[in-house]
Amino acid sequence: MKWSGLKKEFQYIIVAIIVIFFAFVPLFGSTYAITLSSTIMMYIVMASCWNMFSGPAGYISLASGAFVGLGFYASGFLSTRFPLPVLMLAGGLASLVLAVIIGSITLRLRGVYFTIFTFCLVELVKAVMTWYEIMVVRKRGLNVRNFGPNAAFYAMLVMVVIALAVVVIVRKTRFGMALTGIGESEDAAAHIGINTTAYKVSGFAVTAFMMGTVGAVRATMLNHIDPTSAFNMMFSFLPVLMCVFGGMNTFLGPIIGAIVFAALQYNLITKIPQIYMIIFGAIMILSILFMPTGIVGVYERVRKAIENRKIQKVGGHL
Amino acid sequence: MSTVVNIVIYGIIMGGVYGLISMGLTLQYGVGKILNVSHGEFLMLSAMTSCVLVKAGVHPLLTFVICLPAAFIVGFILNMTLYRWLRNFSKDEATFESNAMLMSFGLYFILANIGLKIWGTLSKSYQFYSYPVKILGATIIVNRLIGLGIAIVFIIAFFIFLNKTRLGKAIRATSQSTTAAAMMGVRINKTMAICFGTGGLLAAAAGILIGMSFSPTAQIGLTNTVIALIVVVLGGMGSIPGAVLGGLLIGLVGQAVSFFDTSLVTVAYYLMIIILLLIRPKGLLGR
Repeated sequence: MKWSGLKKEFQYIIVAIIVIFFAFVPLFGSTYAITLSSTIMMYIVMASCWNMFSGPAGYISLASGAFVGLGFYASGFLSTRFPLPVLMLAGGLASLVLAVIIGSITLRLRGVYFTIFTFCLVELVKAVMTWYEIMVVRKRGLNVRNFGPNAAFYAMLVMVVIALAVVVIVRKTRFGMALTGIGESEDAAAHIGINTTAYKVSGFAVTAFMMGTVGAVRATMLNHIDPTSAFNMMFSFLPVLMCVFGGMNTFLGPIIGAIVFAALQYNLITKIPQIYMIIFGAIMILSILFMPTGIVGVYERVRKAIENRKIQKVGGHL
Repeated sequence: MSTVVNIVIYGIIMGGVYGLISMGLTLQYGVGKILNVSHGEFLMLSAMTSCVLVKAGVHPLLTFVICLPAAFIVGFILNMTLYRWLRNFSKDEATFESNAMLMSFGLYFILANIGLKIWGTLSKSYQFYSYPVKILGATIIVNRLIGLGIAIVFIIAFFIFLNKTRLGKAIRATSQSTTAAAMMGVRINKTMAICFGTGGLLAAAAGILIGMSFSPTAQIGLTNTVIALIVVVLGGMGSIPGAVLGGLLIGLVGQAVSFFDTSLVTVAYYLMIIILLLIRPKGLLGR
């Protein structure tokens, strides 16, 4: 993960300002603002955590929808008896177990198998859940207890802080270096004694855990869940889109992408339900073509250009 | 006995359709290294268009003449523009591969939602030889047999194209080594664009067959992409005979499982893949 042109401390300050801004939303904002910022924070967690594993390691995961969905159902099953933190932990652990199973099967293989497998995983879990509801409980969907907008909001805020802390810690330790090494050259990484499969599986599992927890919180905001709303492909695609747009492998990129697209989606989903997805698709294609390093990369390029011009000017005076 | 015959015949029919879809996907991946997630959307658009055309009075078999060239041209142009630019921008093959996949997600968003915008969520269907006939005690609807026949014709024609024509030779050479093929005078960009277009064409053909026998909605794209991906992994990435074999296998297993419980079909597919990846990660006929 690059820190881009911005100074590391400066990036922390920007993130801290964003978090503090969000923390004050419930005091002054309307219900609309609270729901919107909870949604944005969910996507910040998802995009940052997706970027933590798939960015450096280069294994594109599309299983986010499955993990968020498991979080949904953990909430659905337990919400009447347990408080919110227990639901989050349960959702996270369920996703973690699934990620370890899937990861240890597919992450031994290189190339696109992982992506294909995770892509189909959402459909698989959805099919299993639908089967369970039709054949076993004979009732479609589950009601989830609502803990009030503020409870969900602060839970999301805590998750944002934890997720960003995890991202920074992972980056600074051996773990992140190993993931970067795997992305640069898997053979070389294996050669210098990195257990590549173990690192890949644990990276994937950490990502899954975080997504499961935010899924559990998200479910309490919705009151009623069913397999279609829980195991939604959009949950898999949007983090990827956010990271591509903001800048893969950067610290700020996923956060910027999450804020932009979550706000856009929240505002457009009812007004132009199909057209906004067409716009998202076009943005994705254009981002990949014209700014493969995302918004953060564009900023960096502009900054370098300005610096070069300054140097040239100084040179002219000499 | 008649149940078994029923399952087998329907399995082979579905296998033919799945084989068609997956051949297109595996061709696009094997030659151009593009994992085209929007593949199913070509199928969906073609299925819906053919239904609309038939409702407007066109003979079902004539829709092939309209939809297939259209799908080919769309695929050809997409590859000649977007994917070629991307290939020029990317610094190495691995970067291109992951970026091309992400780009096909963008395409998926666009195509899927164009379909939803035009047709909504309602299903479309038309009557074409939709009366049953008895074969070995099993009841089969005639249009599905016609669909199977057309699928077999397409598969055989595609094999002849790939193995006997000059262009087919160029495609096979490109899939083995892009650089070496370019040195031997194969026009790489054109060949790749033709492959991508042909992939779209095969998906469109499968789409018309689905429109002929079932009632498609604008949401069938993703489901079929998932099936095609499963078939391709099962048969081996980039292997065309593998795609046909995998399609047949998935079709048979799907029909057999849906005889007991329709909602467990995906689970059965997935179990097959897990077992296969543990025993033979390269796929049944993978190199």
